Amino acid sequence: MKKRNLSDNFMKLFIILSSIITLGTMIWILIYVISNGIAHVSWEFLTEFQEGQIEGGIFPYIISTLYIIFITILIATPIGIFSAIYLVEYAKPGKIVRIIRFATESLAGIPSIVFGLFGLIFFVTMLGFRWSMLSGALTLSIMVLPTVVRTTEESLKAVPNIYREGSLGLGASKLRTIRKVILPSALPGILTAVILSIGRIIGETAAVFLTAGTAKALPKSIMDGGRTLSVHMYYLAKEGISMDKAYATATVLILVVIVINFIANKLASRLNKKNS
Amino acid sequence: MERVDNSNISQASLNMKKSKSTVLWEKFVEKIFFISACMAIISIATITIFIFAKGGPAMLEIGIFNFMFGTTELGGKVYLWQPGADIYHIITMILSSIYITLGAIIIGVPIGILTAVFIAEIAPKWLVKIMKPAVELLAGIPSVVYGFFGLIIIVPMIYEAYGRQLKGGGNSMLAAIIILSIMILPTIINISIAAIKAVPIEYKEGSLAMGATHIQTIFKVMIPAAKSGIFAAVILGIGRAIGETMAVILVAGNSIKFPTSISDSVRPMTAHIALEMSYASPGLHENSLFATGIVLFVFIMLLNIALNFITHKVGE
Amino acid sequence: MNNMKITVKDLNLYYGDFQALKNINIDIEERKITALIGPSGCGKSTFIKTLNRMNDLIEGVKIDGNVMLDGEDIYKDVDVIKLRKRVGMVFQKPNPFPMSVYDNVAYGPRSHGVKKKSILDEIVEKSLRSAAIWDEAKDRLKKNALGFSGGQQQRLCIARALAVEPEVLLMDEPTSALDPIATGRIEELTEDLKKEYTIVIVTHSMQQAGRISDKTAFFLLGDLIEMGDTKKIFSNPDDKRTEDYITGRFG
Repeated sequence: MKKRNLSDNFMKLFIILSSIITLGTMIWILIYVISNGIAHVSWEFLTEFQEGQIEGGIFPYIISTLYIIFITILIATPIGIFSAIYLVEYAKPGKIVRIIRFATESLAGIPSIVFGLFGLIFFVTMLGFRWSMLSGALTLSIMVLPTVVRTTEESLKAVPNIYREGSLGLGASKLRTIRKVILPSALPGILTAVILSIGRIIGETAAVFLTAGTAKALPKSIMDGGRTLSVHMYYLAKEGISMDKAYATATVLILVVIVINFIANKLASRLNKKNS
Repeated sequence: MERVDNSNISQASLNMKKSKSTVLWEKFVEKIFFISACMAIISIATITIFIFAKGGPAMLEIGIFNFMFGTTELGGKVYLWQPGADIYHIITMILSSIYITLGAIIIGVPIGILTAVFIAEIAPKWLVKIMKPAVELLAGIPSVVYGFFGLIIIVPMIYEAYGRQLKGGGNSMLAAIIILSIMILPTIINISIAAIKAVPIEYKEGSLAMGATHIQTIFKVMIPAAKSGIFAAVILGIGRAIGETMAVILVAGNSIKFPTSISDSVRPMTAHIALEMSYASPGLHENSLFATGIVLFVFIMLLNIALNFITHKVGE
Repeated sequence: MNNMKITVKDLNLYYGDFQALKNINIDIEERKITALIGPSGCGKSTFIKTLNRMNDLIEGVKIDGNVMLDGEDIYKDVDVIKLRKRVGMVFQKPNPFPMSVYDNVAYGPRSHGVKKKSILDEIVEKSLRSAAIWDEAKDRLKKNALGFSGGQQQRLCIARALAVEPEVLLMDEPTSALDPIATGRIEELTEDLKKEYTIVIVTHSMQQAGRISDKTAFFLLGDLIEMGDTKKIFSNPDDKRTEDYITGRFG
C-alpha cells in the first residue's frame, strides 16, 4: 500500500511539474517580451516610417500584413467553405473523399518553407507576379486552406440533423437548406476558421519572405512587394540593429495574437451554447 | 378552428416555381462545391510537381546518393557545401534536422502528454480554464517570436552554462531543441487531450471500481487506450519540428559542419533553404535548394502517410 | 369504397443487406387518421419516411415496390420537392429552426417562391391559427422560436408544415418528447386537422392510437401484420400477434 502511494505521488509530481513548465514557459515568454517591448510601442512607432530605413516605425509592415491578410482571406475563405460544404453535405463516402481528406491533411503538414519554394517558382517566377502582395497571398491561401476546411467542417457537422430534415421535409431544396438553415447555424464556427487563418497569416514568415519579398517599402498595390510584420521581426532579430524595435515589434505581434485568440474563444463558446 | 384556406391568395404563387433552370442551378452549384473541394488535391499535386520539376534534375545531376549522403574530399579536407565549386552535399543538414527533431520529441513529448493528463484528468475546472487558452496562445505565437525569445534568453543561457567557451556563442543544437520542444507542446497537448477524452468512461470506471487509484487508472488504462491518438500527436509534433524554419535559424548557429555534440552549431534543412535562397544564383545552386526541399517534402509525406495509416486504424 | 389518398404496393426497403420493410401493402384513406403501431425497430418509422422520401437522405437505402399518391408513383412520376410540399412531415423531436417564429412558418412558402409580404403574413397567421398556437405566438412573431416550450415548438412545427398547404401530414411520434398536457393539445389538434388533411401518425403509445385514429396498422419486424379500423384492431384483432401486442404481452 505504501509503495503504491509513493509511485502515485511520484507520477503526480511529474504531471504537475510538466504543467508548470508548460504554463511557466508561456508566461515567461509573454512577460519577458512585453515588459521589454511595451515601453517602445508608441503611436509614432505604429504610424511612422522612413522609406528604406529600418529605424523608423512599422507602419508599412502593418499595411503589408493587412494587405496579405485581406487577399488571402478573400481567396481561401470561399474555397475552404465550399469545400467543407461539399465534404459534409454532398460527398458520399468513397475514394474521392478519402483522397480529398488525405490531400487536406497533407497540405496541413507541409512545412511553410516548402510553400515558400513553391510560391517562388509558381507565382513569383512562372506566373510573373514577382515578389508581391499577390504572390504572398496566393501562397498563403493554399497554406491556410486546410485550417478553413477543417474548422468549417467541424461547425457544419455540429449543426443538428433535425434542422436538415425539417427543411427538406418542407420541400425546400438542398441548396436552400444549406443557405438558410445550415450556414447561419454554423456561422460562429466559420468565423472561427477565418480568425484562426488570420492568426496563421500574421505569424507566417518562411512562406512570405520568399513570395512577398523583404522590401522596406509601403506597398501601393497588390503587385508591389513588401515585408509583413513577422518578416520584419525576423530581420530585426537576425541583424540585431535595434533591440528596442525588436522587442516592440514582438510585443505588437504577441498582443495581436492574444486579441485573435480571445475573439476565437468567444466565438467558440457562442457556438457551443447555440448547439447545446 | 380555422382551416388554412389559402386557395384564393396563394395557390398560384405557391405553385411550384421549381423549373428545369432551378434544378440546373442546384447542379451547377454542387459542381462549384466539388471543384472547391478538389482544390486541396490540385494544390498538393501542383506543389509536388513543381518542387520535383525544379529540384529533381539537380538532384539527378549531383546524384541522389551523393547529394544526400556523400562528401567531397579535396586535399585532405572534407567539403560539404561549396556552391562556388559546385559541391552540394546535405548530409549534415539531414542529420541536423533529425537530431533536433529527436531532441525536441524527447523533451517535448513527455512534458506534453503529462500536461495533457493534467488538463484532461487532474486539474480543477478553474485551472483548466486558464491552461487551455494558455496552450492555444502558445500555438498562436509566431515562430519568429519564439526564435527571438530563444536568441535573447536561451542562447545566452547556454553560453553561460558552457562557461562562455562556445564558439557559436550559445547558438547551438541544444538551443534549437529547447525552442522546438516548446513549439511542439501545443500540438502534443491538444491532440493528447482529445485522445484521452475519447477513452470510454467505462474503462475508467472499471479500473477505479477494482480499487485502482486515479493515477494508476490514467497510466495503466487510459493512456494505453488512447495510445493511437497520442501516437498521432507525436507524429504531428515531429512534422512541426522538422518543418520549422525561422525560429531555428535564429538560434541554431547554422554551421554546415558535422555535428558532434549538442553544443555544436547546426543547420537543419529548412534553415539551409531559407538562408541560401536569399542569395542563391539561378542554376544548380538554386536548384539544389529545391532538391533539399524535395528531401524535406518526402520526409513530411512519409509522416503524413504514417499518420493517415494510424488515424484510419483508429477509425476502425 | 372510400377515397384512397396513398396506395402502397409490394414495398420492400433495405439498409444495405438488412431488409427493414417486407412486402408492405397499405391503403391510406383520405381525411382519416391512420396510426402505425408496433414495438421499436418494427419498421413503422422507416415506413412513414418512405411516404415523403425522407429515406433518400440515408446512405445505402434501397427501395422497390410502388407508393402511389393520388395514382402517381412518388418514386417515379413525382419530383421529390413537389412531393414533400404535398406530403408534409412533423418529426419526433420538435425542430424549429433557430430563427424567428414568423420566419419558421414562412420558411416553406418562401422556399416555394412566395415573396410578397402581405401574402406571407396571411399564410403565417392562418397556419398558426390552424395549429392552435396563434394566441401564444401572435405577440412574439419576431422572437426566436427556440424560446418556446417543447409543446409549443411542436405545434409551431405543425404550423410550419401546414404553411405549404400539404395534402397529407406525416407525424413521426410527434408527442414522444412532450409532457401529457402538451400531448393532449396535439391530440386535440389532430382531431381538427383531419377534417382537411390526411394524417398518418407513428406512435409508440397504444392509448394514443386508440384515442385519435380511425385506422390502425400493426407492424412487427418489418412486416405489416394487420391493418383495419382502430376499433376492430383494439377489440377484436384477427392476428394473435396483434392481440398479444395490444394487450401488452410483449413490446
